[in-house]
Amino acid sequence: MAVKDTVNNASSYWMGDGPEADVVISSRIRIARNLVNLPFPHLLTPGKGEEVINLVERAIKRESLKEKIGFLELIRLGELVPLERNILVEKHLISLDILKDYQKAAVVLRSDEVISLMVNEEDHLRIQCLLPGLQMHEAWKLVDCLDGELEKTLPYAFDEKLGYLTTCPTNVGTGMRASLMVHLPGLVMVNQIKDVVTNVTKLGLTVRGLYGEGTEAYGNLFQLSNQVTLGKSEEDIITNLIFITRQIINQERIARQALFKERREQLEDRVGRAYGILKHAHVISSAEALRLLSDLRLGIVIQIIKNIPACLIMELILLTRPVFLVKITGKEMSSFIRDVYRAKLIREKLSQAEKI
Amino acid sequence: MMCERCEQRLANVFVTEIINDHKRSIRLCEQCAREIQLESHGFVPQLNLPVLFASLLGNEFNLPSPDRSLADGDNKCENCGLTEKQFLKNGLLGCGACYEYFHARLEPVLRRVHGTTQHKGKVPGINKDYLKKIRKIEDLKTKLQEAVRGEDFEQATQLRDTIKELERKPEPEGG
Repeated sequence: MAVKDTVNNASSYWMGDGPEADVVISSRIRIARNLVNLPFPHLLTPGKGEEVINLVERAIKRESLKEKIGFLELIRLGELVPLERNILVEKHLISLDILKDYQKAAVVLRSDEVISLMVNEEDHLRIQCLLPGLQMHEAWKLVDCLDGELEKTLPYAFDEKLGYLTTCPTNVGTGMRASLMVHLPGLVMVNQIKDVVTNVTKLGLTVRGLYGEGTEAYGNLFQLSNQVTLGKSEEDIITNLIFITRQIINQERIARQALFKERREQLEDRVGRAYGILKHAHVISSAEALRLLSDLRLGIVIQIIKNIPACLIMELILLTRPVFLVKITGKEMSSFIRDVYRAKLIREKLSQAEKI
Repeated sequence: MMCERCEQRLANVFVTEIINDHKRSIRLCEQCAREIQLESHGFVPQLNLPVLFASLLGNEFNLPSPDRSLADGDNKCENCGLTEKQFLKNGLLGCGACYEYFHARLEPVLRRVHGTTQHKGKVPGINKDYLKKIRKIEDLKTKLQEAVRGEDFEQATQLRDTIKELERKPEPEGG
C-alpha cells in the first residue's frame, strides 16, 4: 500500500534536486475547493463527511483522471495510527489542522508524493502539488490538471464574482496558496534577513520560519507564500511570487559569495565544525542538529564539502524529528535517549553517503 | 492513563491552563508536553487567520447594515443554519450560500483584505463560456467609457453596438 510506504520512508521526491536547489528546497501549490450543496467540513456530521470522502474516492477512480494524473490512493485518516498521521504532517503531505478532526478526514496520495489531496480539512478539498526546487509553474500545471479532472464529477461551490467559495473568506477567489521553501543561511549570517522579511511582506507575501517561532527560524529554512487570493489570476500570483523569490535567491547568493570572499576562514571553519560534530557526536538535540545541518548544507552548495549530496540534508532534517525517531526505533524514548538515537542516525547516514 | 493528545503513550505530565477564568486540565506524555511547549500548537488557542478575519468583520458588523434584512444580530444562513454570531466567533462560513446571506457584511471586508471583490482567476468548465462573455462585456464597457471621455464617438458607437450584440446572444446551456 502506497501510503504505508510513505510513512515508512523519510525521503520524498520533493527533497531531491530541482532548479535553483542551492537556495530553493521545494515549490508547492495548494488550492481549496468545496462541493456545492454540502455544508463546509466544520459543520459536517460524520455521515456527511463520509459522503464527501466517497464522492472523492469515486472521482479519483475515473479512467481519464488516471490517464492524466496516474493512480491515486485514498486513505481515511482514522485508519492510520497517530504516529503515521504525524509523519504525513512532517512530510508536508497533510496539515496539522486536519488532525483536529481526523475521524471524518481522508488523504489522497500519488505514490511519488508529488500530488496529495486532503479531504475535509478546512475545505472539502485541498489539492496539493509539491516539487523539488523552483518549479512553481510545473506545480500549478499539475494542480490545474487534477482540478480539471475532479470538477467533471464534483460540482464545485463557485460564484461568478467571488470565484471559488472557501470556508474561510481569506481564501476566496482562486483559493490558491503558492509557497516556496527556501534555505537562507547567507542572509541570516549577514544580518539581512529582517529587511528581507519586512520588504517581502510589503509586497503581499508572507514569510515564516519552517521550524521555530517568530523571527527565530531553526535551520534557516523559510517559507514564502502569497497572501492575496482574490482579484488576481493564478498565473499572476505565481509570477509575482517567482519574481520576488528570484530577487531573494540573488541576494542570498550575493551574501554567500561575500562571506566566502571576505570571511572565508570563518565560513570554512563553521562548515567544518558542523560537519565534524555531526559526524562524531553521540548526543545531539533537535535544535542543534537543525543548526548544524543548515551549516553543512551551505558548505555543500558552495562546494566546501564535496562528498555529500545536498538532498541528504533535508532527509536528515526530517529523519531526526522526534516523530521519525519513534518510527525508526519502534518505541517511545525519553528526550535524552532520542538525542542519542538522533546522533547515531546522523553518523550512520553521513558515513554511508561518504562511501558512495 | 494515556496521553490525551497522542492517545498513544502514557501520560506523565499534568497541565492546567486558565484562560478568561476558564480552567482546563489535560494529561500529556512527555513528548507531547514538550512539543506543545516548543511549537505552541495544540490546546493553546492561537490567533489564527480566520479569527483575525472575523475581528475585521466584527468592526463591520457594528456599523449600520446597508441591507435592512441583516439589521439584527441573529441573522443566519437559511441554507446551512450558520448564525452571524457563530461566524463572528471563528471566522468560518458554513456553506457556499453563506456568501450570499452575509454578502452585505463580507463585501467591504473582502475589499479591504484583497483590494477587490472580482475574481480574475480560473473558472470551472461549466461556467467558462458564460463568464468569458461577462468579462468581455465588462472589458468593452470600460473601453466605451474611455472612448466617451476621449470624445471618440465613432469608436463609442461601435463599442456600444458590440456590447448590445453580445448581451443579446443566448447563454450557452451548461457550458
